[in-house]
Amino acid sequence: MYNSKYVISGLVIFLAVFSYPFWGNLASKDYTGPKLSLPTDQKQCIEPVEFMRAEHMTLLNQWRDSALRDEKRVYVASNGATWETSLQKTCMSCHTNKAEFCDTCHLENAVEPYCWTCHVPPKGNE
Amino acid sequence: MKRSRRQFLKVASLSVAGLGAQLAAGGMTQAAAAVKPSYKKNALALKAKRWAMVIDTREFASKEDFDACINACDTAHNIPQMPGNTEIKWIWKDAYDHTFTETTNKYQSKEVEDREYFMLCNHCENPPCVRVCPTQATYKLENGIVAMDYHRCIGCRFCMAGCPFGARSFNFTDPRPYIKDINPKFPTRMIGVVEKCNFCVERLDEGKLPACVEAAPGKIHFGDLSDPESDVRKLLDENYTLRRKPALGTEPGVFYII
Repeated sequence: MYNSKYVISGLVIFLAVFSYPFWGNLASKDYTGPKLSLPTDQKQCIEPVEFMRAEHMTLLNQWRDSALRDEKRVYVASNGATWETSLQKTCMSCHTNKAEFCDTCHLENAVEPYCWTCHVPPKGNE
Repeated sequence: MKRSRRQFLKVASLSVAGLGAQLAAGGMTQAAAAVKPSYKKNALALKAKRWAMVIDTREFASKEDFDACINACDTAHNIPQMPGNTEIKWIWKDAYDHTFTETTNKYQSKEVEDREYFMLCNHCENPPCVRVCPTQATYKLENGIVAMDYHRCIGCRFCMAGCPFGARSFNFTDPRPYIKDINPKFPTRMIGVVEKCNFCVERLDEGKLPACVEAAPGKIHFGDLSDPESDVRKLLDENYTLRRKPALGTEPGVFYII
């Protein structure tokens, strides 16, 4: 092969750089999710944690349409409990710390919801 | 070991199918989680077929009478105090000839002409704002209230052009710095949306009357226009009332006892 010295060393360097995400991750520590400050006086959210983690944005959209369009402002949870469909009155009354609850996860996932241009975060957080 | 193309495809297709099945099963258990949402109306909610307001204009004489209602509305809905001509109005007062443009009379009662009148969104039966809104951000509820969904408003201001009563305001800047005490139970608005009076739908749902009605007991009345036994219908029976710009056919839901 012509210029095998350069070609092979070039290939080795390329492979090392290209595969860095794989072996780099093997060597590094395990990923841990962000630490959230959870409400102290409540044990359970309106729905199971897994559901809230994955679907809270869908639920909030449903709440919005139900309250504004259908004028149904009471949500019946899967365990039968009822809640007012309101971000400020229901969600933020337990999750009083927006910075250490909402923002930590959203920052980690590079999600920038624009809820707070209108909805008011709880006072204890400002 | 040499593999034929046929053997390779067999193994490959099987493994893809297996992977797919696993993903589907895993995804199902994660997402579904047996949550079946249902929604219902608040048991306390006030109900009506057609909400309407009757304002007894004879009762509003001093500045304090007006300010009590305006302040109650401002604090309930986080209405900013904008400087200059970018004012945000939900409920405000104006002169006779601005309120009743079609009924001015050269030899009008001086007292009636000098009085000031409350103005607010008329929650029309045929709201032009709803007809012209391209995103359905403004819409009519079954109970006759013309509502706004600020999530959908794109700030095109067609509704402002459509409204013959000037009842809509545009947020030219972020209103938050201009709100003295933010009410944490109601959202503010953001730059670039149109806003207006909502007949306190959020209060009606809790079984309360609108903030301005509560702030002026006996002066502003609120009730079901479709019910002949309701307070508002009785007041309309007993008093001479006007509506704003009746010739336009929008059928306002706000009546003025003169």
